[in-house]
Amino acid sequence: MHELSIVQSLLDLAAKEMAANGLAKLLRIKVKYGGLTAIAPDALEMGFTALTAGTPLAGAVLELEETPVILRCGKCGLEFSPKDASGRYGVFAPCPACGEEIGHAVAGGKELFIEYIEAE
Amino acid sequence: MKIPVVRNILEANDRVAAGLKEIFAAKHILVLNLMSSPGAGKTSLLEKTLGDLRGEFKMAVIEGDLQTDNDARRVAATGAQAVQINTEGGCHLSSSMVAEALKNLDIEGLDILFIENVGNLVCPAEFDVGEDFKVTLLSTTEGDDKPEKYPLMFNLSKAMVLNKIDLLPHVDFDMERAAKFARALNSDLPVFPVSCRTGEGLAAWYDWLRAARAAKA
Repeated sequence: MHELSIVQSLLDLAAKEMAANGLAKLLRIKVKYGGLTAIAPDALEMGFTALTAGTPLAGAVLELEETPVILRCGKCGLEFSPKDASGRYGVFAPCPACGEEIGHAVAGGKELFIEYIEAE
Repeated sequence: MKIPVVRNILEANDRVAAGLKEIFAAKHILVLNLMSSPGAGKTSLLEKTLGDLRGEFKMAVIEGDLQTDNDARRVAATGAQAVQINTEGGCHLSSSMVAEALKNLDIEGLDILFIENVGNLVCPAEFDVGEDFKVTLLSTTEGDDKPEKYPLMFNLSKAMVLNKIDLLPHVDFDMERAAKFARALNSDLPVFPVSCRTGEGLAAWYDWLRAARAAKA
């Protein structure tokens, strides 16, 4: 449940941005998280509801968007985003061009950031 | 009003971690963040390492645990300084917890500081605690597919220790498979098969520690 720490950091950042812009009511926060991060969206949403209840941030919408895992083949350099049978981003996959299985570099999927907030 | 933010959510943690790195760099202390599942043998590896290298390095340990100071007492029995952090249910250490623990630690003249994270292969991976390197410990009594299930942890690690190899004849653990998947997204990852019980393989781990420490001096 490290999502609670993440939500707390998220709310601290939002509150700072709102104060800097003289805004009092938070409407929406847009968060992007990489497919390789250990983020459970349900846990983030639950933490968000729990930590905003009874505060000026209560009622705001938390919008989550997963960003793709991007691997760069260690042999031929091709960048690709493997998905498993259920359509989720996979991590271990042969390069679609040359078939190399190991030594890929992670070119995307570890990020975790607030893209924007909407407030009034 | 829409305000573009585009800021790393963990930047508060990262900022404190960066401050810790400066302190450790100024004092030439090698700092390792040791992570594993519960029961893989983090404390056993530390007991062995602290005992065997006692004459070579001045070492200390920050122990992260949900409850109890059992591990800190085991570590202190080797003669090394140990400071306990009880996360009281928290699933990972954060940089501010380590900064707080440092107040109770004499780091003057220290060569190596081990930070034993909470036993958990998920959450600790996200939080920089000021370390030079993350080291992941895996044991042969777990599934050999752990690196497939927890890719971020193994991707971020600078070394992997594979403990309990004395039990290999009794378990269905495929060392090749574990190493292959650990290296799939981290091709230079050194893997050290050891037994903390018999001492087998520890020499190679100690050589890696010596080299890492020398690079920080």
